[in-house]
Amino acid sequence: MSTTRTINIVIAGLGGQGVLKASDITADAAFRAGFNVKKSELHGMSQRGGSVTSDIRFGESVLSPMIPEGEADFLVAISPEQVEPNHHLLRPEGTLIHAGLIDAGALKNKKSVNVALLGKLSRSLQLPDEAWMEAIRANLPEKLHEVNLNAFVLGRTA
Amino acid sequence: MRRLLLSGNEAVALAALESGVRLGTGYPGTPSTEILEAFSGLGGRAQWSPNEKVALEVAIGAAFGGARALCTMKHVGLNVAADPLFTVAYTGVSGGLVIVSADDPGMASSQNEQDNRRYAEAAGVPALEPSDSQEAYEFTALALEISERWEIPVLLRLTTRVCHSKTVLLLPECTTRAVPLPRFTRDIHSRVMIPANARPAHRRLRAKLQAAREWNEASGPNRWTEGERALGIIASGVAYMHAREAAPAASFLKIGMTYPLPLDTIRKFATGVERCVVIEEGDPFLADAIRAAGIQVEAKPEMYRFGELNVGRMRRILTNDVSPEPAPPRGTPPQLCPGCPHRAVFSALRNLGCIVSGDIGCYSLGVLPPFEAMDTLVCMGAAIGVGLGLRHVLPPGQRRKVVSVIGDSTFVHSGITGLVEMIYNPPEDGYVLIILDNGTTAMTGMQEHPGTGRTLQHTATGKMIFEDVVRALGVPRVHVIDPTINPQEFENLIAACLDSLDLSVVIARRNCLLAASAIRQYEKCLEPVHEHN
Ligand SMILES: Cc1ncc(C[n+]2csc(CCOP(=O)(O)OP(=O)(O)O)c2C)c(N)n1
Ligand code: SF4
Repeated sequence: MSTTRTINIVIAGLGGQGVLKASDITADAAFRAGFNVKKSELHGMSQRGGSVTSDIRFGESVLSPMIPEGEADFLVAISPEQVEPNHHLLRPEGTLIHAGLIDAGALKNKKSVNVALLGKLSRSLQLPDEAWMEAIRANLPEKLHEVNLNAFVLGRTA
Repeated sequence: MRRLLLSGNEAVALAALESGVRLGTGYPGTPSTEILEAFSGLGGRAQWSPNEKVALEVAIGAAFGGARALCTMKHVGLNVAADPLFTVAYTGVSGGLVIVSADDPGMASSQNEQDNRRYAEAAGVPALEPSDSQEAYEFTALALEISERWEIPVLLRLTTRVCHSKTVLLLPECTTRAVPLPRFTRDIHSRVMIPANARPAHRRLRAKLQAAREWNEASGPNRWTEGERALGIIASGVAYMHAREAAPAASFLKIGMTYPLPLDTIRKFATGVERCVVIEEGDPFLADAIRAAGIQVEAKPEMYRFGELNVGRMRRILTNDVSPEPAPPRGTPPQLCPGCPHRAVFSALRNLGCIVSGDIGCYSLGVLPPFEAMDTLVCMGAAIGVGLGLRHVLPPGQRRKVVSVIGDSTFVHSGITGLVEMIYNPPEDGYVLIILDNGTTAMTGMQEHPGTGRTLQHTATGKMIFEDVVRALGVPRVHVIDPTINPQEFENLIAACLDSLDLSVVIARRNCLLAASAIRQYEKCLEPVHEHN
């Protein structure tokens, strides 16, 4: 994948599913890999179970923090019902990464499905493994490191 | 150089710390809340006030004492703080005073989308508008300098996308600068705004603004990017980023200090291009001022006053496309958490067929199904006054059903004066006020307030006891009840209060479900455990 072009990722889910955490980790991984990064979302009622989406854009230079409609390369949907309302964000040849791709039964903690999906996403992005691992560690409390690093690897090999 | 990935809010906090801000005050409100939390996390002295007016007054005191001060709030907060704002513009300050107004175009979590640049003009204070986190840092530091140079408070206008987007910052290594120690110097003519002093103070203010305008013209934080002559774009804030992406070849004049405007520079830019379009989020603030100066520019069509801008809308503006925009697909709306203590209250009010004068907080979600138990919502604190007004005019059959519902943080913020009104001008058939005491400011992310008895840092401090205050004000019927233990009993209590035709205050006390475990930890003086992934 050429890195001169801006890569656009939308993460979508419901409040409480870890959308913001997943986007923090992704943005941080791209940042650690040396890219220019912008990430954007609307907070607010995000804890009360409503739809939440977060945009991550990285490349050599990024202008708007929001991904224009129809220009997302990836849509990562943590909950299945968020695919439909966000599909229009994806470019026609864009990739949908959804929770169905993860073997939820193999996850030690169901809450780490967000990070498992990042593992899946990571296969299509050329960010160094080390950047992902550091980003996961930096954005989660220590007692959650192991379960999430495992979830990431699980998603990566799914 | 340091390379950092920060939100605009975090960048403001870092800049405040590294610029020697001694006191940060504010009241929570999306999208501004994280600024003070981050400032405190970095080691700055930060405190929540009961409301924005008090927060600004405390910051003014600090600035009068020669300290650098930061005061943060969401856009509607400045309505509450407007009274001190307009007069501190006259008095001026000794230490730098920066007021952060976080505007919310698109109303992601607000009751209106007012454009607070209007306040800068109305009060006569300079306004800076950053477009990303780098500028959020730089403009905070610059705002403090401007404030001290002209002894004038400065408004830093952020918007939701600037506050909450994370972008990369490149900063020189931090050299914490020496700021003078606070010291009070008597200056009655400047600080005591009796009319005799205020008249010359107003003239001084206008002279300061003139000087600031000249500085903005010569060396303000504005950027002229030479591009094609066919299209010139004048833009501010995050709208500049959208515009650059939508029209990469255009010429740009990016305005960083949007009041007082560098009109000579703008005129030069506008006359140098064939078509000049002003792009800004919110009201046509720049466009109106530029046109009033006789400079020919295009403003965005009226339909783009509503909501946030983005690259897609920018393309439409630049092609003058005013065809109706497709409605975005509807997502899942938020709702009260399962097990939220507010649920029992709204079920009861629905069952009793109450006319509910509501207020702002998580409990505003009581307006949605299955409850649909809220009939009015205007601004923080309005629940009580609006409910009393309804009671005063409605016929008995209706008025005896009117109740007010207000959250604990909202009650402290601006409900107390409403309660005083209730005692002073009681409706004929009495009144029922319900305070939803869930032990936190849940809506904005679980901040402390005077009713929790803990500071911004969650350490113990003086506590306002609602039932004591209500009794001391002379309310005859005061009940404290956990509405979740026996919902029927709660409903019966409200029914009895309504029937009593007397003044009643019911404090429905049960901790917010999401905050409960953290509150237990704070009570034990321990660090909270974060269980969210
Ligand atoms: C003047 C003003 N300041 C701040 C806000 C943001 N805000 C809305 S509701 C609220 C407080 C909610 O807390 P509370 O009343 O305790 O209700 P809860 O959310 O806990 O149910 C805040 C800070 C606002 N809307 N208006
Ligand atoms: S966060 Fe707390 S107050 Fe808000 S809906 Fe959930 S339980 Fe209720």
